[in-house]
Amino acid sequence: MQLLQLLISGVAQGCIYGLIALGFVLIYKATETVSFAQGDLMMVGAFGGLAAMTVLGFPFWLSVPAAIVGMGVFGVALERLVIRPILGQPAFSIVMLTIGVGYVLRGAITMIPNIGTDTHTLAVPYAGEVLRLGTLVVSAEQIVVIGVTGVLCAGLFAMFRYSRLGLAMQASSQNQLAAYYMGIPVKRLNGLVWGLAAGVAAIAGLLLAPITFVHANMGFIGLKAFPAAVVGGFGSLPGAIVGGLVIGTVEALSGFYLPEGFKDIAPYIVVLIMLVLKPNGLFGETLRKKV
Amino acid sequence: MRFIFKTDYNQDIQLAKHGGHVFWYSLLGLFLLAAPWVIEEYWLAQLTFVLIYAVVGLGLMLLAGFTGLFSLGHAAFLGVGAYTQAVMVNAGLPFPLALACAGLLSAAVGMVVGLPALRVKGIYLGMATLAFGFIVEEALARWESVTGGNSGLSVNPPALFGWELESTNEFYFLCLVVAVGATLAIVNLMRSSTGRAFVAIRDSEISAQSMGIHLARYKTLSFALSAALAGIGGALYAHKIQFLSPEQFSIIQSIDLLLMVVIGGLGSIHGAFLGAIFLIVMPQLIALGKDHLPDAIGQAAGLQGTVYGLVLIAFVLFEPMGLYGRWLKVRAYFQLFPFYRRGLFKRQKTFQKSDRLK
Repeated sequence: MQLLQLLISGVAQGCIYGLIALGFVLIYKATETVSFAQGDLMMVGAFGGLAAMTVLGFPFWLSVPAAIVGMGVFGVALERLVIRPILGQPAFSIVMLTIGVGYVLRGAITMIPNIGTDTHTLAVPYAGEVLRLGTLVVSAEQIVVIGVTGVLCAGLFAMFRYSRLGLAMQASSQNQLAAYYMGIPVKRLNGLVWGLAAGVAAIAGLLLAPITFVHANMGFIGLKAFPAAVVGGFGSLPGAIVGGLVIGTVEALSGFYLPEGFKDIAPYIVVLIMLVLKPNGLFGETLRKKV
Repeated sequence: MRFIFKTDYNQDIQLAKHGGHVFWYSLLGLFLLAAPWVIEEYWLAQLTFVLIYAVVGLGLMLLAGFTGLFSLGHAAFLGVGAYTQAVMVNAGLPFPLALACAGLLSAAVGMVVGLPALRVKGIYLGMATLAFGFIVEEALARWESVTGGNSGLSVNPPALFGWELESTNEFYFLCLVVAVGATLAIVNLMRSSTGRAFVAIRDSEISAQSMGIHLARYKTLSFALSAALAGIGGALYAHKIQFLSPEQFSIIQSIDLLLMVVIGGLGSIHGAFLGAIFLIVMPQLIALGKDHLPDAIGQAAGLQGTVYGLVLIAFVLFEPMGLYGRWLKVRAYFQLFPFYRRGLFKRQKTFQKSDRLK
């Protein structure tokens, strides 16, 4: 029973990792770069939700979509202003750029007087409620996290598999030039993908907010989402969620059964083992390049 | 304009290409030798930090700038070197022996980390080194019997053949010797066949392989050398800072190191030094600028991070070759005056192809 309890909390935590990893995968799938700003976008999304509720006085059910849409627009703007000018440069430039964007976002939030340095609570209507199944205790936050992650993942998977937009995104990821020749508006797609990733980050931030509170450094959890993305395979949407679940449960179990200290590094040990054994992840495709 | 008439094949690989090099580097050398008597003690300490970071930067430059393998966990090698040095010096071993051990142990660790590099590339390698960095940081914090854990470890001053180097001046000269040695080593490495192999791997693995370069051996070698330099830098860092704690070697430090080589200019030895100067001088400039800003901005906690981020974004967008690239442009402008054209250093745009297909 205790094991089951641990598994449930691990799964809930893993869903958060998975959601952030989903952002990585979206950007990776469409533009073949990795965004280190994803965790910080999540933080800004959570602050956005907080601002909508406290400053603007929106009700909860309005501030959630407001924050998500707001972050989506922010993501599109970010791509237009910062990422697009260096499109076509080595992928590592974009990685450094997103590190810079992460620094700026974190610094900018910290610089807001009296708000940036504090820890806030996001008043969600389901806070504190628990569901009891026999001896098993599941909090409402965990159920919401798991449910939303499932729905979101299914939606995105369907989009990439069946919609023209998703197919176009995949095509432009594999070969920008060829996609461009086929009439795919590569630049506009990249903008959309960044918007989508920022929106997903906002959802992750809003889901995480009731569990860990809202503060400027909550974006560092994004560093644990990298292992999730790698374990699942960087280019696979279901892989991101599965990877997140693996990392979350490994973390929860090692926190309980292994000596102190292993909880924090267990995800990284898993990812190292994974990289040595199966570098493309559980769901990654293996293709060879022809010269 | 300067025209170099080549009359000998060896001229292509000479250290000093022409008289100007000899003159300016001699001047720089004289300044560095005279520095303790010329500049204030505070700035001498900062200069020592620049030299230490430059040694680490040279290591990372070898890996990221010349071999094209990006490490997001270089602070781990720094940490391994620093702790090795601290433990050995505190046990009473002489400085040179401890320094050699710090370098060798870091190199050994680097080879282990290099192993996944043989199978993965690009962002996956970044992930592997990132994961490794976290593991080392945690190990430093948990292995309390050796490292003192989170409460930290104080470091004795270095002793050289019974001579204790305690003052700022003496330690400065020690760092200068190590930094000059490391620079010469890297410069010479880069004009040897090994260095050329590294650059070939960076430019195209497939073509390097077809030219008969053993990828696994050279990548491991690059990791080992890079880690060794980071370890030596870490050893000096341990003496300079005199107190070690695991959070000094966190992901933030790794990113700072990467920022250093990118801002300095990837793929140039000057870049390591320019980046180190940037990394040390920037916080001072921010501290100076604070007083001239309104309190709401100047005293805010996030100012430094924001400025770092903006500078990094500006460099990637407008000057991807870093400070050294900017210097090359300025130099070309004056050398070619008045014939400099804007398109001279124009970057070649490429359409991105999938990494997954490699």
